[in-house]
Amino acid sequence: MQRYARAAIVFHWLIAVLIVGAFALGLVMTDIHGLTPTKVRYYSWHKWAGVTILALAALRLLWRLRNAPPDYPDSMQRWEKTAAHALHLMLYVFMFGVPVSGYLYSLAAGVPVVYFGVLPLPSLIDASPALKPVYSAIHYWLNMGMAALVALHVAAAFKHAFITRDGIVQRMLPSWQCTTSKEIV
Amino acid sequence: MRLSRHLLPASMLAIALAVSAAPLRTDVAKSTVSAVFKQMNVPVEAKFRKFSAQIDYDAAKPGAAKARVEIDTASLDVGEADMNNEVAKKDWFNAPQFPKATFVSTSIKAGAAGGQLTVAGKLTIKGKTADVTFPLTVRTAGTGQVFEGVLPIRRLAFNIGEGEWKETSLVADEVTIKFSVIAAK
Repeated sequence: MQRYARAAIVFHWLIAVLIVGAFALGLVMTDIHGLTPTKVRYYSWHKWAGVTILALAALRLLWRLRNAPPDYPDSMQRWEKTAAHALHLMLYVFMFGVPVSGYLYSLAAGVPVVYFGVLPLPSLIDASPALKPVYSAIHYWLNMGMAALVALHVAAAFKHAFITRDGIVQRMLPSWQCTTSKEIV
Repeated sequence: MRLSRHLLPASMLAIALAVSAAPLRTDVAKSTVSAVFKQMNVPVEAKFRKFSAQIDYDAAKPGAAKARVEIDTASLDVGEADMNNEVAKKDWFNAPQFPKATFVSTSIKAGAAGGQLTVAGKLTIKGKTADVTFPLTVRTAGTGQVFEGVLPIRRLAFNIGEGEWKETSLVADEVTIKFSVIAAK
Protein backbone atom coordinates (compact mmCIF):
# COMPACT_ATOMS: atom_id res chain seq x y z
CA MET A 1 0.00 0.00 0.00
CA GLN A 2 1.22 3.46 -0.84
CA ARG A 3 2.75 5.17 2.17
CA TYR A 4 2.35 8.78 3.18
CA ALA A 5 5.23 10.99 2.08
CA ARG A 6 8.06 11.39 4.54
CA ALA A 7 7.18 15.08 5.05
CA ALA A 8 3.58 14.13 5.88
CA ILE A 9 4.78 11.53 8.38
CA VAL A 10 7.19 13.94 10.03
CA PHE A 11 4.52 16.66 10.28
CA HIS A 12 2.00 14.18 11.70
CA TRP A 13 4.18 12.77 14.47
CA LEU A 14 5.92 15.99 15.38
CA ILE A 15 2.60 17.78 15.78
CA ALA A 16 1.06 14.77 17.54
CA VAL A 17 3.82 14.70 20.18
CA LEU A 18 3.64 18.46 20.67
CA ILE A 19 -0.15 18.45 20.97
CA VAL A 20 -0.15 15.65 23.55
CA GLY A 21 2.64 17.39 25.47
CA ALA A 22 1.06 20.85 25.39
CA PHE A 23 -2.35 19.40 26.31
CA ALA A 24 -0.94 17.48 29.28
CA LEU A 25 1.11 20.48 30.37
CA GLY A 26 -2.03 22.63 30.17
CA LEU A 27 -3.87 20.27 32.51
CA VAL A 28 -0.95 20.06 34.95
CA MET A 29 -0.13 23.77 35.06
CA THR A 30 -3.71 24.89 35.66
CA ASP A 31 -3.90 22.39 38.51
CA ILE A 32 -0.94 23.88 40.42
CA HIS A 33 -2.21 25.85 43.38
CA GLY A 34 -0.72 29.15 44.34
CA LEU A 35 2.23 30.72 42.61
CA THR A 36 5.36 28.65 42.12
CA PRO A 37 8.38 28.96 39.82
CA THR A 38 7.32 25.67 38.22
CA LYS A 39 3.94 27.14 37.38
CA VAL A 40 5.52 30.21 35.79
CA ARG A 41 7.83 27.98 33.72
CA TYR A 42 5.05 25.61 32.65
CA TYR A 43 2.86 28.46 31.44
CA SER A 44 5.71 29.80 29.31
CA TRP A 45 6.57 26.36 27.93
CA HIS A 46 2.91 25.70 27.17
CA LYS A 47 2.67 28.93 25.18
CA TRP A 48 5.90 28.24 23.28
CA ALA A 49 4.62 24.75 22.44
CA GLY A 50 1.33 26.22 21.24
CA VAL A 51 3.06 28.74 18.99
CA THR A 52 5.28 25.96 17.62
CA ILE A 53 2.22 23.83 16.88
CA LEU A 54 0.53 26.74 15.12
CA ALA A 55 3.59 27.38 12.96
CA LEU A 56 3.96 23.69 12.10
CA ALA A 57 0.23 23.45 11.36
CA ALA A 58 0.56 26.35 8.92
CA LEU A 59 3.52 24.70 7.17
CA ARG A 60 1.70 21.39 7.16
CA LEU A 61 -1.41 22.91 5.60
CA LEU A 62 0.66 24.62 2.89
CA TRP A 63 2.41 21.34 2.16
CA ARG A 64 -0.88 19.41 2.22
CA LEU A 65 -2.50 21.80 -0.28
CA ARG A 66 0.24 20.99 -2.80
CA ASN A 67 0.52 17.29 -2.05
CA ALA A 68 -2.47 14.96 -2.16
CA PRO A 69 -2.32 12.11 0.35
CA PRO A 70 -2.52 8.51 -0.89
CA ASP A 71 -6.07 7.32 -1.55
CA TYR A 72 -7.95 5.12 0.88
CA PRO A 73 -8.19 1.49 -0.22
CA ASP A 74 -11.45 0.32 -1.76
CA SER A 75 -11.82 -2.12 1.10
CA MET A 76 -13.15 0.88 3.02
CA GLN A 77 -16.85 1.65 2.86
CA ARG A 78 -17.88 4.91 1.25
CA TRP A 79 -19.13 6.27 4.60
CA GLU A 80 -15.86 5.28 6.23
CA LYS A 81 -13.89 7.30 3.71
CA THR A 82 -16.22 10.28 4.18
CA ALA A 83 -15.96 10.00 7.97
CA ALA A 84 -12.16 9.75 7.80
CA HIS A 85 -11.93 12.82 5.56
CA ALA A 86 -14.30 14.79 7.81
CA LEU A 87 -12.36 13.82 10.93
CA HIS A 88 -9.04 14.82 9.36
CA LEU A 89 -10.52 18.14 8.25
CA MET A 90 -11.78 18.79 11.79
CA LEU A 91 -8.37 17.94 13.24
CA TYR A 92 -6.86 20.55 10.93
CA VAL A 93 -9.40 23.10 12.20
CA PHE A 94 -8.45 22.30 15.81
CA MET A 95 -4.71 22.43 15.04
CA PHE A 96 -5.29 26.12 14.29
CA GLY A 97 -8.21 26.91 16.59
CA VAL A 98 -6.68 25.62 19.82
CA PRO A 99 -3.38 27.56 19.68
CA VAL A 100 -5.03 30.71 18.30
CA SER A 101 -7.60 30.70 21.13
CA GLY A 102 -4.81 30.19 23.68
CA TYR A 103 -2.79 33.00 22.16
CA LEU A 104 -5.76 35.38 22.32
CA TYR A 105 -6.50 34.24 25.87
CA SER A 106 -2.97 35.15 26.92
CA LEU A 107 -3.23 38.57 25.25
CA ALA A 108 -6.64 39.23 26.83
CA ALA A 109 -5.06 38.37 30.19
CA GLY A 110 -2.50 41.11 29.57
CA VAL A 111 0.39 38.70 29.07
CA PRO A 112 1.92 38.95 25.61
CA VAL A 113 3.71 35.91 24.24
CA VAL A 114 7.49 36.09 23.89
CA TYR A 115 8.53 33.03 21.90
CA PHE A 116 11.26 31.16 23.81
CA GLY A 117 11.67 34.32 25.88
CA VAL A 118 13.38 35.93 22.90
CA LEU A 119 10.94 36.84 20.17
CA PRO A 120 8.01 39.08 21.17
CA LEU A 121 4.96 38.09 19.12
CA PRO A 122 2.38 40.67 18.05
CA SER A 123 -0.22 41.82 20.54
CA LEU A 124 -3.20 41.49 18.23
CA ILE A 125 -5.71 42.47 20.91
CA ASP A 126 -5.57 44.60 24.04
CA ALA A 127 -5.74 43.21 27.54
CA SER A 128 -9.39 42.85 28.48
CA PRO A 129 -10.67 41.62 31.84
CA ALA A 130 -14.07 41.23 30.17
CA LEU A 131 -12.85 39.03 27.31
CA LYS A 132 -10.38 37.03 29.37
CA PRO A 133 -12.95 34.54 30.75
CA VAL A 134 -14.50 34.28 27.28
CA TYR A 135 -11.22 33.24 25.63
CA SER A 136 -10.46 31.02 28.60
CA ALA A 137 -13.72 29.12 28.04
CA ILE A 138 -13.21 28.97 24.27
CA HIS A 139 -9.66 27.64 24.72
CA TYR A 140 -10.81 25.05 27.25
CA TRP A 141 -13.72 23.74 25.21
CA LEU A 142 -11.79 23.69 21.94
CA ASN A 143 -9.25 21.54 23.78
CA MET A 144 -11.91 19.19 25.05
CA GLY A 145 -13.38 18.98 21.55
CA MET A 146 -9.95 18.28 20.10
CA ALA A 147 -9.28 15.63 22.75
CA ALA A 148 -12.53 13.88 21.83
CA LEU A 149 -11.63 13.91 18.12
CA VAL A 150 -8.08 12.73 18.80
CA ALA A 151 -9.53 9.88 20.86
CA LEU A 152 -11.76 8.98 17.91
CA HIS A 153 -8.80 9.25 15.53
CA VAL A 154 -6.68 6.94 17.70
CA ALA A 155 -9.58 4.49 18.16
CA ALA A 156 -10.03 4.36 14.38
CA ALA A 157 -6.29 3.77 13.95
CA PHE A 158 -6.40 0.84 16.40
CA LYS A 159 -9.46 -0.53 14.64
CA HIS A 160 -7.64 -0.48 11.29
CA ALA A 161 -4.46 -1.89 12.83
CA PHE A 162 -5.89 -4.72 14.90
CA ILE A 163 -9.43 -5.45 13.71
CA THR A 164 -9.62 -4.65 10.00
CA ARG A 165 -5.87 -5.20 9.55
CA ASP A 166 -5.95 -3.36 6.24
CA GLY A 167 -2.49 -1.76 6.50
CA ILE A 168 -3.81 1.81 6.55
CA VAL A 169 -2.12 2.71 9.83
CA GLN A 170 1.24 1.37 8.66
CA ARG A 171 1.24 4.01 5.92
CA MET A 172 1.68 6.69 8.58
CA LEU A 173 4.08 4.86 10.86
CA PRO A 174 7.68 5.93 10.68
CA SER A 175 9.59 3.33 8.74
CA TRP A 176 13.30 3.77 8.45
CA GLN A 177 13.81 0.62 6.38
CA CYS A 178 11.47 1.12 3.45
CA THR A 179 11.88 4.76 2.57
CA THR A 180 12.16 4.13 -1.12
CA SER A 181 9.93 4.18 -4.18
CA LYS A 182 6.45 4.14 -2.72
CA GLU A 183 6.52 7.61 -1.26
CA ILE A 184 5.08 10.65 -2.86
CA VAL A 185 7.80 13.22 -3.04
CA MET B 1 -29.22 86.60 51.87
CA ARG B 2 -28.67 82.92 51.23
CA LEU B 3 -26.20 83.73 48.52
CA SER B 4 -23.96 85.93 50.65
CA ARG B 5 -24.06 83.50 53.53
CA HIS B 6 -22.49 80.93 51.23
CA LEU B 7 -20.24 83.29 49.39
CA LEU B 8 -18.45 84.62 52.41
CA PRO B 9 -17.14 81.33 53.80
CA ALA B 10 -16.31 80.20 50.28
CA SER B 11 -14.18 83.22 49.55
CA MET B 12 -12.49 82.95 52.91
CA LEU B 13 -11.66 79.36 52.15
CA ALA B 14 -10.20 80.36 48.78
CA ILE B 15 -7.97 82.92 50.40
CA ALA B 16 -6.89 80.46 53.06
CA LEU B 17 -5.98 77.92 50.39
CA ALA B 18 -3.96 80.44 48.40
CA VAL B 19 -2.01 81.52 51.45
CA SER B 20 -1.21 78.15 52.96
CA ALA B 21 -0.56 76.40 49.64
CA ALA B 22 -2.34 73.33 50.94
CA PRO B 23 -1.65 70.05 49.19
CA LEU B 24 -3.45 69.45 45.95
CA ARG B 25 -6.49 67.22 45.98
CA THR B 26 -5.57 63.96 44.34
CA ASP B 27 -8.14 62.29 42.13
CA VAL B 28 -7.29 58.71 42.99
CA ALA B 29 -9.94 57.28 40.68
CA LYS B 30 -8.27 58.83 37.65
CA SER B 31 -4.71 58.31 38.85
CA THR B 32 -2.72 55.14 38.29
CA VAL B 33 0.32 53.59 39.86
CA SER B 34 1.55 50.40 38.27
CA ALA B 35 4.50 48.07 38.24
CA VAL B 36 5.88 46.66 35.02
CA PHE B 37 7.85 43.48 35.57
CA LYS B 38 9.31 40.90 33.22
CA GLN B 39 8.25 37.33 33.78
CA MET B 40 10.44 35.02 31.69
CA ASN B 41 11.11 38.05 29.50
CA VAL B 42 7.41 38.82 29.10
CA PRO B 43 6.58 42.37 30.17
CA VAL B 44 3.49 42.44 32.36
CA GLU B 45 1.90 45.56 33.81
CA ALA B 46 0.00 45.33 37.08
CA LYS B 47 -1.82 48.19 38.78
CA PHE B 48 -1.95 49.07 42.44
CA ARG B 49 -5.63 49.49 43.17
CA LYS B 50 -5.21 51.40 46.45
CA PHE B 51 -2.86 54.26 47.07
CA SER B 52 -2.90 57.84 48.22
CA ALA B 53 -0.77 60.74 47.07
CA GLN B 54 -0.24 64.10 48.70
CA ILE B 55 1.31 66.59 46.37
CA ASP B 56 2.18 70.10 47.33
CA TYR B 57 3.12 71.84 44.12
CA ASP B 58 3.06 75.38 42.85
CA ALA B 59 4.30 75.85 39.29
CA ALA B 60 5.78 79.20 40.31
CA LYS B 61 7.90 77.61 43.04
CA PRO B 62 8.75 74.06 41.98
CA GLY B 63 11.66 73.97 44.44
CA ALA B 64 9.20 74.21 47.33
CA ALA B 65 7.19 71.24 46.12
CA LYS B 66 6.68 68.16 48.25
CA ALA B 67 5.23 64.77 47.55
CA ARG B 68 4.26 61.80 49.64
CA VAL B 69 2.80 58.65 48.18
CA GLU B 70 1.48 55.65 50.08
CA ILE B 71 0.67 52.44 48.29
CA ASP B 72 -1.24 49.47 49.69
CA THR B 73 1.05 46.62 48.75
CA ALA B 74 -1.76 44.08 48.97
CA SER B 75 -3.66 45.94 46.27
CA LEU B 76 -1.41 44.95 43.35
CA ASP B 77 -3.72 43.50 40.72
CA VAL B 78 -1.91 41.01 38.52
CA GLY B 79 -5.17 40.04 36.83
CA GLU B 80 -6.19 36.99 38.84
CA ALA B 81 -7.64 37.01 42.37
CA ASP B 82 -5.66 33.93 43.46
CA MET B 83 -2.43 35.42 42.20
CA ASN B 84 -3.14 38.73 43.92
CA ASN B 85 -3.31 36.83 47.21
CA GLU B 86 -0.01 35.13 46.43
CA VAL B 87 1.75 38.42 45.71
CA ALA B 88 0.68 39.76 49.13
CA LYS B 89 2.36 36.83 50.87
CA LYS B 90 5.68 36.69 52.67
CA ASP B 91 7.93 35.91 49.68
CA TRP B 92 6.71 38.95 47.76
CA PHE B 93 5.30 42.02 49.50
CA ASN B 94 4.61 40.46 52.90
CA ALA B 95 1.62 42.77 53.11
CA PRO B 96 0.46 41.66 56.58
CA GLN B 97 3.76 42.89 58.04
CA PHE B 98 4.47 45.70 55.55
CA PRO B 99 1.08 46.91 54.38
CA LYS B 100 2.35 50.16 52.85
CA ALA B 101 5.06 51.12 50.43
CA THR B 102 5.89 54.80 50.72
CA PHE B 103 7.68 57.45 48.79
CA VAL B 104 8.59 60.72 50.49
CA SER B 105 10.33 63.42 48.51
CA THR B 106 13.46 65.03 49.91
CA SER B 107 14.13 67.47 47.09
CA ILE B 108 12.31 68.58 43.98
CA LYS B 109 14.07 70.69 41.37
CA ALA B 110 12.97 72.20 38.12
CA GLY B 111 14.27 70.17 35.20
CA ALA B 112 15.81 71.30 31.94
CA ALA B 113 12.56 71.90 30.10
CA GLY B 114 9.35 73.47 31.29
CA GLY B 115 7.05 71.07 33.07
CA GLN B 116 9.95 68.83 33.96
CA LEU B 117 11.05 68.16 37.48
CA THR B 118 13.76 66.08 39.03
CA VAL B 119 12.49 64.38 42.12
CA ALA B 120 14.65 62.80 44.80
CA GLY B 121 13.32 61.00 47.80
CA LYS B 122 13.13 57.94 49.94
CA LEU B 123 11.33 54.88 48.69
CA THR B 124 10.39 52.33 51.30
CA ILE B 125 9.11 48.90 50.35
CA LYS B 126 8.93 45.88 52.63
CA GLY B 127 10.80 47.70 55.37
CA LYS B 128 13.75 48.63 53.20
CA THR B 129 14.45 52.23 52.31
CA ALA B 130 16.44 53.41 49.32
CA ASP B 131 17.26 56.83 47.93
CA VAL B 132 15.82 57.26 44.46
CA THR B 133 15.91 60.03 41.89
CA PHE B 134 13.67 60.17 38.87
CA PRO B 135 12.35 62.66 36.32
CA LEU B 136 8.75 63.74 36.51
CA THR B 137 6.64 65.72 34.09
CA VAL B 138 3.79 68.03 35.01
CA ARG B 139 1.11 69.10 32.60
CA THR B 140 -2.23 70.77 32.92
CA ALA B 141 -5.32 68.77 32.04
CA GLY B 142 -8.66 70.44 32.48
CA THR B 143 -8.82 71.97 35.93
CA GLY B 144 -6.15 69.69 37.31
CA GLN B 145 -2.56 68.81 36.83
CA VAL B 146 -1.12 65.51 35.78
CA PHE B 147 2.12 64.29 37.35
CA GLU B 148 3.66 61.49 35.35
CA GLY B 149 6.84 59.56 35.68
CA VAL B 150 8.69 56.31 35.48
CA LEU B 151 10.91 55.00 38.23
CA PRO B 152 13.06 51.93 37.59
CA ILE B 153 13.92 49.93 40.67
CA ARG B 154 15.52 46.59 41.46
CA ARG B 155 13.10 44.32 43.25
CA LEU B 156 15.80 42.34 45.05
CA ALA B 157 17.06 45.52 46.74
CA PHE B 158 13.71 45.49 48.55
CA ASN B 159 13.56 41.73 49.09
CA ILE B 160 10.62 41.45 46.71
CA GLY B 161 10.70 37.79 45.75
CA GLU B 162 12.46 35.69 48.36
CA GLY B 163 13.73 32.13 48.29
CA GLU B 164 13.47 30.53 44.89
CA TRP B 165 11.96 33.74 43.52
CA LYS B 166 15.39 35.38 43.72
CA GLU B 167 16.00 33.69 40.40
CA THR B 168 15.98 36.59 37.96
CA SER B 169 15.46 34.41 34.90
CA LEU B 170 11.92 33.85 36.21
CA VAL B 171 11.14 37.40 37.22
CA ALA B 172 13.70 40.02 36.22
CA ASP B 173 15.33 42.13 38.91
CA GLU B 174 14.46 45.33 37.05
CA VAL B 175 10.93 46.52 37.76
CA THR B 176 9.55 49.79 36.49
CA ILE B 177 7.10 51.78 38.55
CA LYS B 178 4.88 53.92 36.37
CA PHE B 179 2.61 56.56 37.73
CA SER B 180 0.17 59.14 36.55
CA VAL B 181 -1.34 61.16 39.36
CA ILE B 182 -4.07 63.66 38.67
CA ALA B 183 -4.49 66.38 41.23
CA ALA B 184 -6.34 69.66 41.48
CA LYS B 185 -6.52 72.54 43.93
